[in-house]
Amino acid sequence: MKNLGTIGFSEEQVELMDVATSFCRDKSPVEKVRALMEDARGYDPDIWQEITDLGWLAIAVPEEYEGVGLSLAEVVPIMEQMGRRLLAGPFMTTTLAAQALIVGGSEAQKSAWLPQIAGGAIATLALTEQEGDWNLDNVTAKAEVSGDGYALSGTKQFVTYAGDAELIIASVVLDGEVRLALIARSAIADSALRREAIIDETKRSFELTLDGISIDAGALMDADMSKAALAHIDLAANLLQSAEMCGGTQAVIDYTLEYLRTRKQFGKVIGEYQALKHPITDAYIAYEKARSHMFSAAHSFADQGRGEVAARMAKAAADKAYSHAADRAIQFHGGFGFTHDCDAQLYRRNAIWNASQFGDAAWQRTKLADLLF
Amino acid sequence: MAKAGAAKPTEAELKEYTADAQAWFRENTVTNPGFMLPLTFMEVSTDQQFDFLRAWQRKVYEAGYLGASWPKEYGGGGLHPDYQRAATRAMKDHDAPIMINAIGIGWAGPLLLDIGSEEQKQKYIKGMLNAEDIWCQGFSEPEHGSDLGNAQLKAVRDGDEYVLNGSKIWTSLGDRAKYMILLARTSNNEGDSKYAGLSFFLNPMDVPGIETRPIKKLTGEYGFVQCFFTDARIPAEGLMGEEGDGWKIAMKTLEYERGAKVNLAGGYFLKELDVMGIVDVARRSRRGGKPVLDDPVVRDQLVEYMIDIQAQNLNNYRRRMPPLVQDRPMGLPLMSKLARTEMIRELTEFSLQFQGAKAGYYVGDDNAVDDGYWHRAYLNSFSATIGGGTSQVQKNIVAEHVLGLPKGR
Ligand SMILES: Cc1cc2nc3c(=O)[nH]c(=O)nc-3n(C[C@H](O)[C@H](O)[C@H](O)COP(=O)(O)OP(=O)(O)OC[C@H]3O[C@@H](n4cnc5c(N)ncnc54)[C@H](O)[C@@H]3O)c2cc1C
Repeated sequence: MKNLGTIGFSEEQVELMDVATSFCRDKSPVEKVRALMEDARGYDPDIWQEITDLGWLAIAVPEEYEGVGLSLAEVVPIMEQMGRRLLAGPFMTTTLAAQALIVGGSEAQKSAWLPQIAGGAIATLALTEQEGDWNLDNVTAKAEVSGDGYALSGTKQFVTYAGDAELIIASVVLDGEVRLALIARSAIADSALRREAIIDETKRSFELTLDGISIDAGALMDADMSKAALAHIDLAANLLQSAEMCGGTQAVIDYTLEYLRTRKQFGKVIGEYQALKHPITDAYIAYEKARSHMFSAAHSFADQGRGEVAARMAKAAADKAYSHAADRAIQFHGGFGFTHDCDAQLYRRNAIWNASQFGDAAWQRTKLADLLF
Repeated sequence: MAKAGAAKPTEAELKEYTADAQAWFRENTVTNPGFMLPLTFMEVSTDQQFDFLRAWQRKVYEAGYLGASWPKEYGGGGLHPDYQRAATRAMKDHDAPIMINAIGIGWAGPLLLDIGSEEQKQKYIKGMLNAEDIWCQGFSEPEHGSDLGNAQLKAVRDGDEYVLNGSKIWTSLGDRAKYMILLARTSNNEGDSKYAGLSFFLNPMDVPGIETRPIKKLTGEYGFVQCFFTDARIPAEGLMGEEGDGWKIAMKTLEYERGAKVNLAGGYFLKELDVMGIVDVARRSRRGGKPVLDDPVVRDQLVEYMIDIQAQNLNNYRRRMPPLVQDRPMGLPLMSKLARTEMIRELTEFSLQFQGAKAGYYVGDDNAVDDGYWHRAYLNSFSATIGGGTSQVQKNIVAEHVLGLPKGR
């Protein structure tokens, strides 16, 4: 097999893993997760501030824009722990928006936004439309020249945390080519945002109507750069999602094991029954495989060719592992598993959400087939 | 075990050694000797295969690429384990045949290096490495396989000998081996745990009273045997440790297999599966005038397997990276046999689907795809999902030792 990723780690990665492990555990106990599910904003601004203070938003931002100058590989262990504790907030989408700027932005665009993001400004992406197509270049929203700038039109879905974002990066078409448009929050009327009902109650997502929004001439990315940025976001998103999903898989397996070790039926602990014991072991094995892919994707991400294979394999493996583990978790909790109170549903819904964004396992495999054969 | 003083190579030293090893295997590896080579040491059937693999192991050993990190005074190379790892890597890279003397260098050798007497090390290690002395494993019995702790073959002390009575079965290379590692019962006291009466022996196979009967395998070939022990007398010095230590020692040998405690001699006993070979079958096979590889369902499934194979390759590296296995360090080593052997079984089975009606052929027909290689690979894949502890038992082990689930009662 050619073009396959390898595995390795950096010291920074390991340090961040240690810090993130205790931070996420302490800041996001499940009671807190559930309380935030009921909260309109959906995350705790104080914790967002702490995350900013820890410098996590700056990790993959270049030093010249007030970042730390590391890479997404160092963001991966943080994302994994956030997934494990279902720690709510706009961390992933802000990181991805920064990546879009880093790859596709002009000097002026980068200097304007990256330091702000590194300092805690929330940014997000508006890429998906009515068809729900995972092909990010299938865009119908428009930009048209209007005065000195552009007038936008169309509708975008799944714009996560748009309610609090200071920057929204939307894909639009100008003269037949896809461009990324930088929209400052001030340009967006409140009525342009509608909160969506989404499967994962720990997250927040909005529909954004672009009609009536205008941007400056300097707020569009160049066509080639936009293309490169979209391709990059696709892979970066899958990499970070694979991390969130690995964390979730670990958590749902641990949660289920706890029940299998304590719940008794027919006079014995149910974990003695191989009908439960063997499938949970299968789930665990799939999780470890997915986690190896995750580290490999982090390690190989920057390599041309290899990076794409590794990131897609990581997402495919994580989706498969997480979906299965969380599905079995519901079943193995019996009647309690059917309740909203049982945490199994939190993970199952989180897995469905992640599969639904940027392509599920089957979609990744289709892409991989063309890369591998 | 590397001696203290077997220094870790510098980058330059390792690079040079690696280049030599790569060159040696490039030059000397025969992948197609004109007959089918076994994919595992449990599949050796014909004299031709046996002679070839034995000569191959000897050649690798003599070139210094097997046992490179075992002590020099017993026949090893006395080098740091990094050297042997590089040599094993070179074997893999060149798709070299397996090492046939698996029980010797994989089980018995590490045991002797760990707890054997000076005399035993002098006597046995070199013959294991150069494949002069083939070893076999006498654990399973007709009535006790997975429940190995219940083994019943009797060993009764008589002066400076033990007298053996009973039977062992499914013994790979049992009819070719000079020695056997043997699990036998030295006592059977009421109330003792079943493990308490087990003892571990190094057993010579050429004594009167030991007979072997070949067993025909599902492939139609031979390869393993049943061993019958009838008042067979073996020297008492073959007892490892004390009477009653058998179970503990048998479990130790499993640790060696994972390379945690004693340096591995190197090489491998199960061939890596060539997944691109399977992709190639899908490319060559045609349906409706088009390669089967164009079929989206086949493509999807193949990608799924490639993701799985890549995961296991990555697992093998990750398990040696402590920061990346903090939560459950034993998970990757304990799942590896289970995951790997099951995947090979599924993948070789899948390869039959591409062949259309030709999947009906078998080894021996000129029309068979790749001379029936895939059929035989599939049937033989069960050797590893059953031998060495079945997949179901492996699953219990992972569940109990890694996930902390209770043992079934
Ligand atoms: C090719 C080959 C080579 C071999 N070579 C050797 C050798 O060199 N030396 C040697 O000593 N042995 C050897 N074996 C034997 C092998 O180790 C045993 O076959 C194996 O341990 C299973 O034992 P059994 O055959 O008695 O099956 P059983 O233990 O009777 O198993 C029958 C079925 O029950 C399942 N089962 C049993 N217990 C449990 C449980 N607790 N939970 C769930 N399922 C269970 C098994 O998985 C299996 O599917 C070899 C086997 C093969 C196939």
